[in-house]
Amino acid sequence: MSTAEYYTGGEPIADTKAPAGPINERWQTRRFTGRLVNPANRRKLRVIVVGTGLAGASAAATLGELGYRVANYCFQDSPRRAHSIAAQGGINAAKNYRNDGDSVHRLFYDTVKGGDFRSRESNVHRLAEISTEIIDQCVAQGVPFAREYGGLLDNRSFGGAQVSRTFYARGQTGQQLLLGAYQALERQVAAGTVELHTRHEMLELIVTGGRARGIVVRDLVTGEVATEIADAVVLATGGYGNVFFLSTNAKGCNVTASWRAHRQGAYFANPCYTQIHPTCIPQSGDHQSKLTLMSESLRNDGRVWVPAERGDDREPGDIPESERDYYLERRYPAFGNLVPRDIASRAAKAVCDEGRGVGPGGLGVYLDFADAIDRLGKDAVEAKYGNLFQMYERITGENPYERPMRIYPAVHYTMGGLWVDYDLQSNIPGLFVTGEANFSDHGANRLGASALMQGLSDGYFVLPNTISDYLADGPFEAVDEDHESVAAALGAVNERIEFFLNNDGDRTVDSFHRELGRIMWEYCGMERTDEGLRKAIGLIRDLKAEFYKRVKVTGKAAELNQQLEKAGRVADFFELGELMCIDALHRTESCGGHFRAESQTEDGEAKRDDEHFSYVAAWEFAGSEPVLHKEHLEFEYVKPTQRSYK
Amino acid sequence: MAVSGVLMVLFIIAHMAGNLHIFEGREEMNDYAHGLRTFGEPILPHESLLWVLRLGLIASIGAHLWSGIVLSRRAHLARPVKYAHRHKARGESRGAYGVMRWGGITIAAFVVWHLLDLTFRTVNPVKDVPDAYGAVVATFAPERWPVTVFYLLALVALGFHLRHGIWSAVQTIAGPGPVWRRRWQAVALTVAAVVVAGFAIVPLAVSFGLVS
Amino acid sequence: MKLRLRIWRQSDAESKGKMVSYVIDGVSEDASFLEMLDVLNEELIADGEDPVAFDHDCREGICGACSLVIDGQPHGPQAATTTCQLHMRQYSDGDTIDIEPWRAGAFPVVKDLVVDRSAFDRIIQAGGYISAPTGTAPDAHAVPVPKADADAAFSAAACIGCGACVAACPNGSGMLFMAAKVAHLGLMPQGQPERHTRVLGMVAAHDEAGFGGCTNTGECSAACPKEIGLDVIGRLNKDFRKAAARAA
Repeated sequence: MSTAEYYTGGEPIADTKAPAGPINERWQTRRFTGRLVNPANRRKLRVIVVGTGLAGASAAATLGELGYRVANYCFQDSPRRAHSIAAQGGINAAKNYRNDGDSVHRLFYDTVKGGDFRSRESNVHRLAEISTEIIDQCVAQGVPFAREYGGLLDNRSFGGAQVSRTFYARGQTGQQLLLGAYQALERQVAAGTVELHTRHEMLELIVTGGRARGIVVRDLVTGEVATEIADAVVLATGGYGNVFFLSTNAKGCNVTASWRAHRQGAYFANPCYTQIHPTCIPQSGDHQSKLTLMSESLRNDGRVWVPAERGDDREPGDIPESERDYYLERRYPAFGNLVPRDIASRAAKAVCDEGRGVGPGGLGVYLDFADAIDRLGKDAVEAKYGNLFQMYERITGENPYERPMRIYPAVHYTMGGLWVDYDLQSNIPGLFVTGEANFSDHGANRLGASALMQGLSDGYFVLPNTISDYLADGPFEAVDEDHESVAAALGAVNERIEFFLNNDGDRTVDSFHRELGRIMWEYCGMERTDEGLRKAIGLIRDLKAEFYKRVKVTGKAAELNQQLEKAGRVADFFELGELMCIDALHRTESCGGHFRAESQTEDGEAKRDDEHFSYVAAWEFAGSEPVLHKEHLEFEYVKPTQRSYK
Repeated sequence: MAVSGVLMVLFIIAHMAGNLHIFEGREEMNDYAHGLRTFGEPILPHESLLWVLRLGLIASIGAHLWSGIVLSRRAHLARPVKYAHRHKARGESRGAYGVMRWGGITIAAFVVWHLLDLTFRTVNPVKDVPDAYGAVVATFAPERWPVTVFYLLALVALGFHLRHGIWSAVQTIAGPGPVWRRRWQAVALTVAAVVVAGFAIVPLAVSFGLVS
Repeated sequence: MKLRLRIWRQSDAESKGKMVSYVIDGVSEDASFLEMLDVLNEELIADGEDPVAFDHDCREGICGACSLVIDGQPHGPQAATTTCQLHMRQYSDGDTIDIEPWRAGAFPVVKDLVVDRSAFDRIIQAGGYISAPTGTAPDAHAVPVPKADADAAFSAAACIGCGACVAACPNGSGMLFMAAKVAHLGLMPQGQPERHTRVLGMVAAHDEAGFGGCTNTGECSAACPKEIGLDVIGRLNKDFRKAAARAA
């Protein structure tokens, strides 16, 4: 069936910045061919960095160290609260400290394969190369990584990798890495190279003369709307998982900065690639505001099961072994409970769809530690997972030592994002995008412990090197408040604020967001179908229309107004949600985190269609009918194969 | 706060030990009191030890009070609006805040009375300074029970003050790790108990007629 | 369950605030404390009233944004738990709950339960870092770190910067927050060159911000959702003494 009614085909695009030549020399080549900015000229150049997570704080700090004048924005009350703080597992680096056969090439290979052959080889190789420098950098900053008795760094195998290349700081690696970047950032604030603006939200991108030249921000405390003009703009504003309302993202995470840039012309790539994490605490009721991730490491010792019969509502302890279905062990004997995230997630959904789910609403499966406790002893299990068990008990009121945990998949990460070239520059000159906000390195699926790696790689090492090639042409001509493009951007923002405050509505923003989330989860979640996606697009359009008619926002513009903040974000989520569905609809293959029910193997595994879909889908904003630009993907070093975890 | 406090703690321990001479009898007690005055004579002037102690104590009290006032003032400015709902303390030195502030004021008031009573004898029936024994027996005489009660109350305040003050001073000066912090908290509690018991036994013995 | 909430309402930094009572019914015991407030806010909006502003973000106990003093206790009654991780099963039908913002001169109220904690950022700016510009680092294994030191540094670095220590301290002191950073960096070999300037700078910034002095009451540590111990304060004191002596 044709999907052309939803979009228009556009010209193909290409990444013109990635150098040719042997893959392991490309990054070096690019650093040499890129132009530099004389240290004395750097202080004449102003760079805006939006976001203070790993990708933002590291970029702002490093640009400040280089001598650029940086203005750094975040909506939180402190840069340290950006959601990178919540990453638990660890960070990969091809250090081969274990002598277990790891190398830059292997990390590159694993990442391309893990991304289900939908990422660029050049980018991924650069990421693998830089991974080792990141660890060095973070250790120098005093990040307290886990160590062995000899004083050297400890590593673990993570997410089913065959080598131990994951560096970690207990279950709080993201926190420690972010604090390292945050401290480096605050050091630059003290040095006067970075101006920090907390509790400020970017609401529009200013494009002048074909270049990104600034942003419109709202001071969330006073409500004042102002502009900031610079020579380049860097968006490090994270992912868009909150389009699902319930996700493991922080409540404040939103797509507005990226979406506003998209509306100004930046292409949005692969929006349908979302990662669902299999081990989250299930929803307990309608009050649920977010979902909490339980570290994937739990699957190393826990066994996943559901009752063999549907509708079996006995207590888990009363169900004999013979009446349990350890479905992962049954279906995937080689990997068992350790199958990749997307497979584990879909398998959980499948058993729940059969009516065999457990807990409220039948949306949960058991993760049972009884065998591990028998085998290792309660103390050993507690030593390994004590803090996770405690967190689980706090949230659910159930004791996982005595009763199996209940888990269910939840949206965790979004691989899609603004389209960027090898320099991390979007198709709008002067607009750079780093971290989860761009689409670049993970393809259709991200491996565990790779998000932190990418954020820091972009922020510390890639962007500060590549942005100079663009800034070498600067400083660009002055743009003042009266300039047409500035006035238009400012006007649009004020108009939107006025609209929400004056709308005579009767429904809360959250009620719309919840409903949008339910549509997205139902039709654009773990499993997508042609029929479902078409239905979803219709539902989203209707709901969006109702939103503009009925949304009610209390309060005033000139004050701290959390409802107003949410209203703007949800409005953008509607448009993004629609684009995600269109992207998912047009990509009739399954790959990585995108599973189309129509494209599966006989065993129910994702089936790629390399012949037709070996490309990046970069969408140009054009109202209700977006324009699709395809970037063809070449695989010279890692030949596409079908995954198998049997 | 910590340094001046430590000096005063040392003085208090010596003072308490000295008080126990009363159980040896009137002559020994008065000899001890006399000895304090004539310590080091004739090489050193009369009461030189006492003057060193007095000056040291005055300096310590001054420093302690000044630090206390500065801290209280800062605390006041640091929380201009108080909590509507006050919850009871649950920290390791729970209650220390009130104990130190109000206990410290109680102790200060007591010290004034104590000096007027047993040093200057202004409010003591026995004006003859060398007769320390007589003065003690007279002031804690059973019919003057309010004096004894005040003394004991001040001691309780002192006990709490020491329990927090000693480990707090160690924490400020030495900065122990978790194990040694617990040990110092135990030491502080022990010293506080011994000091309270050592001081309390004298007026109680007099009040109950064991010493007369 | 049905609850009576008494919540501090203050429309902005300049206004005078007061405790206002609300009754909320049908609260699920599985809801988190913040979800209970979400429900209240939905009801307030429906009634055309201004919803209660409060800070929150990750809702999994790590970002440090949530900041409510619940019945006089920062983050509420459960030990080692942030407000977002506190669940309503801790309460019973008919309870009255008092909810106030962090109270500290250095943390002025922005609106309702939201306070300005930027003073903490200023303390970090004054030395809470190791100067290691990007690109200058030696190999990660160049300097071994004894496991015990790395573990102790991690425990101190687990601070989420929420400010519960300040809210709990009878003196309104930021000592535990500051000391946790001094201890973390001071325990790492990489942190040694700046050890003395760091502690002097941070203490000066702390005092400048208007926090009170530390009198070792231990309330901070008891309120700390990450259970940071008082030993970090001992470490700061020791470092400060040495640094001050050297500077003199």
